[in-house]
Amino acid sequence: MRAVVTVTGKDKKGIIAQVSAFLAEKGVNIEDISQTILGEYFAMIMIADIKDAKEELSVLAQECAQLGKKIGMSIYMQHEDIFNAMHNV
Amino acid sequence: MFSKNDVLETIAMVEKEHLDIRTITMGISLLGCIRESAEETATKVYDFVCTKAENIVKTAKDLSGEYGIPIVNKRVSVTPVSLISAAFPEKAPLIGKALDDAAATLGIDFLGGYSALVHKATAEYERIFIKTIPEVLATTNRLCSSVNVGSTKSGINMEAVKLMGEAFKEAAYLTKDKDGIGAAKLVAFCNAVEDNPFMAGAFHGVGEADVVINVGVSGPGVVKHALEQIPDADLTEAAEMIKRTAFKITRAGQLVAKEAAKRLNAQFGIVDLSLAPTPAMGDSVAQILEELGIETVGGHGTTAALAMLNDAVKKGGVMASSRVGGLSGAFIPVSEDIGMIEAAEKGAITLDKLEAMTCVCSVGLDMIAIPGDTPATTIAAMIADEAAIGMINNKTTAVRIIPAPGKRVGDQVSFGGLLGRAPIMPVHNCDSSRLINRGGNIPAPIHSFKN
Repeated sequence: MRAVVTVTGKDKKGIIAQVSAFLAEKGVNIEDISQTILGEYFAMIMIADIKDAKEELSVLAQECAQLGKKIGMSIYMQHEDIFNAMHNV
Repeated sequence: MFSKNDVLETIAMVEKEHLDIRTITMGISLLGCIRESAEETATKVYDFVCTKAENIVKTAKDLSGEYGIPIVNKRVSVTPVSLISAAFPEKAPLIGKALDDAAATLGIDFLGGYSALVHKATAEYERIFIKTIPEVLATTNRLCSSVNVGSTKSGINMEAVKLMGEAFKEAAYLTKDKDGIGAAKLVAFCNAVEDNPFMAGAFHGVGEADVVINVGVSGPGVVKHALEQIPDADLTEAAEMIKRTAFKITRAGQLVAKEAAKRLNAQFGIVDLSLAPTPAMGDSVAQILEELGIETVGGHGTTAALAMLNDAVKKGGVMASSRVGGLSGAFIPVSEDIGMIEAAEKGAITLDKLEAMTCVCSVGLDMIAIPGDTPATTIAAMIADEAAIGMINNKTTAVRIIPAPGKRVGDQVSFGGLLGRAPIMPVHNCDSSRLINRGGNIPAPIHSFKN
């Protein structure tokens, strides 16, 4: 099962380090990362494999949101199916 | 595979444009709960609903977490109670109470189906049942009621129309300390659908499976935002944009509906494509019409813009879902839509314009507060007008009107939450009682004879 982790907000140091450390600790394997910076705005999208994750996706998603609050970014973790459904015919 | 922009677009829809799944509604057949006495039936109904829908709130929470899309309401609809209580109609309130208790136990916000289908004629047990509705709505919190008074196939049952005029009046009077909220939980329908997930008009039709999941999507804010990106587009392009946006919204609903049905051991029923507004800023159908170019909703051109919106939403939605049903169109409730509330306060939108708008969109005169001294026969006449529009145009129409006790034009009612607030709108004062007191049926239109 794969999930999409999206991190957005004002660019600062160590965002990738903190998010990937958190995911590694939860047993989530990052398969792909893409990142852009537009002015001061930072947007990163990760595709993550969560089949060996230590927690359910809904719990991980909540924890991601909390981590986001802590580091001043907006972080979402969502099942990839939502994007496949909405953006593919 | 999706692109980075697709991901960011979805997140923006949720964060800034109020994209949500408006309701997951579990339809439950109560036909197997009928017992010899009302008391036994009520006990069975409570147990059955609590068992079947036990996990609905948890499942909705899990799905919401996994997909990152809020699921606002969890609801249940049941077989019309008039059928369950046909052998003891005067005791139907016991079943109403059991359903309300079940809704409280489950932690859902509304349960619909304290309903009767009398579109051709009123049986004696249904007559007694309809008269219990106001008291039941006044003594329960989460129970909703609806009565189907007409259909294209059978015409309009004018006796039922008259009874419903009285029911609205009494339901409001019995809840006068709460601005007449009882009437806000009551709907009179023409061509009622059996798989509607939205309240207050949801009930579980007898043609349905035992347990079904129907999902209502929403997203007026998403549609408005999409239109804001093309302010100078012609209406062909605007319609195309609405269609594409409706497609995306509906796909999210379809995904959630299928997954919810699987986890709740229910059949996937339908996705209802309605654009349902809330009183929140930026979640308004009226503001979509204004974005299309009408200064204030209610102005000339509103009906045309609404017709286009409603049709484009359906076209996008039908392509996106394997099973579409329910009401599927744009809702235009007054008290639940900030754009409508503001237009009504300015006097820009009137009951007459709202009636015209209901000819081209789903549902009807919805959540409109009128003076408390409006005669029951005048309310019945409004129901008759609306039922006639539905009957002739082969579409579902409804009336949910609140004759707010003690209030006049210029006053306001406030129900809080999703039901919102509304200024009292003026009604025509001429007397329609002779028409209503004639009784009988308005015969089915000629185009209903298709066999």
